[in-house]
Amino acid sequence: MPRQSIHVVGASLAGIRAVEALRRRGFDGRIVLIGAESHLPYDRPPLSKQVLAGSWDTDRIHLTKPQTLDELAIDLRLGVRATGFDLESRTLSTSDGDEVVDGLLVTTGARCRTLPGAETIGGVHVLRDLDQALTLRAELEAGPRRVVVVGAGFIGAEVAATCRARELDVTMVEALPTPLGRVLGERMGEVCAEVHRRHGVDLRTNVGVDRVEAERGRVTSVVLTDGTEIDTDLVVVGIGVVPNTEWLEGSGLTIDNGVVCDATMLAGPGVTAAGDVARWPNHRFDEVMRVEHWDNAIEQGVHAAERLLTSDAEAQPFAPVPWFWSDQYDRKIQLAGRVRPGDEVEVVTGTLEDHRFAALYGREGKLVGVLGFNRPRHVMQYKTMIENGTSFADAIAAEV
Amino acid sequence: MKIVVDFDLCESNAICMQIAPDVFEVRDDDFLYVLNEHPDEGDRARMEECVQRCPKQAISLED
Repeated sequence: MPRQSIHVVGASLAGIRAVEALRRRGFDGRIVLIGAESHLPYDRPPLSKQVLAGSWDTDRIHLTKPQTLDELAIDLRLGVRATGFDLESRTLSTSDGDEVVDGLLVTTGARCRTLPGAETIGGVHVLRDLDQALTLRAELEAGPRRVVVVGAGFIGAEVAATCRARELDVTMVEALPTPLGRVLGERMGEVCAEVHRRHGVDLRTNVGVDRVEAERGRVTSVVLTDGTEIDTDLVVVGIGVVPNTEWLEGSGLTIDNGVVCDATMLAGPGVTAAGDVARWPNHRFDEVMRVEHWDNAIEQGVHAAERLLTSDAEAQPFAPVPWFWSDQYDRKIQLAGRVRPGDEVEVVTGTLEDHRFAALYGREGKLVGVLGFNRPRHVMQYKTMIENGTSFADAIAAEV
Repeated sequence: MKIVVDFDLCESNAICMQIAPDVFEVRDDDFLYVLNEHPDEGDRARMEECVQRCPKQAISLED
């Protein structure tokens, strides 16, 4: 029997692109899109950049035009939180009540990790959703005497860059020896460190946060594990995310650092997952991964949607080359592929000193990654080579 | 079908170039050039993918 209806839980990028894909594929059954936030689906990357900088109004970040939403003819339920699911009875529980569902697509995303003990202190922020961005923006506009950014990952780096553009003093604290060392390797992480320092960020590496001091409920300083105390009235914590899977505990689906899917994004009979919340074996890299990238949310959302309309026999594995970008200061950083500590690294164009280059990553003779600093053309051309299974030697020798 | 790029929004992420290198090209000056403003109607699915996966939502299609 063809599928009658599909519930998509999570109304951010993966969810909305999934819904669009269902209609494109000609699915004319009922579609219910459920979102915990009350906002219409919006784009997150501008939050740490244009929205935080104050250069964009929030009406510029909609993921779809209102007219397009109408044309999709979906039952859009915003401000509704999923609270449970039972695979056997196919009962979906939300803050609106229970209902029995046919197809289910899980796109509930992830939320920020917080600093234990500092969650309720005023002036300590995380940045993931629109409301958090607007709250943080108001704090920046109030003119803090110093911003301490905890974590030099991509969100932390972009927040630091935006704060420096606002001419705020920034101290950035990173527990690893180099920012993004685990993602890009030590040598490239050092380039990121240099970019921050060149833009006036007081970068402290190899040191953690011991505690956040507060007076009358408001942060006054951050004490590091080496005993250093940094006076501040504003802290932004960017220490990673955790997938939103609690509502699926006991559902009958497998939960392990995300919703565990097969290679085709199927999590259970008639259930798929996509975006930050989904974990699946990517055959191309022989690795089980959970990818938090913008582009993955789109591609995977589309794939997981189509999977719900496809028989097991015809289902295709989802095996992309992950890709993301990060805009920091005047640098566009892009990484395609999967990089691990210990991969070989070779700069193929430009120089590290100029902060404009492309570097290739090789493992077991194969090209597995490309990192670009202001080299978008090169990144895309090498990304195609990764997709084609090009050897590391051939990629280095290629004219690009 | 006509390809329209809002160059005020475009940041040359070049994902369109990877999907359709015959239509989009980011050159060494880091700017995007549209090589074919009028792709065949049969190419619509690929062009829609470019629209969808542009991180800046800078590409649109006109009939």
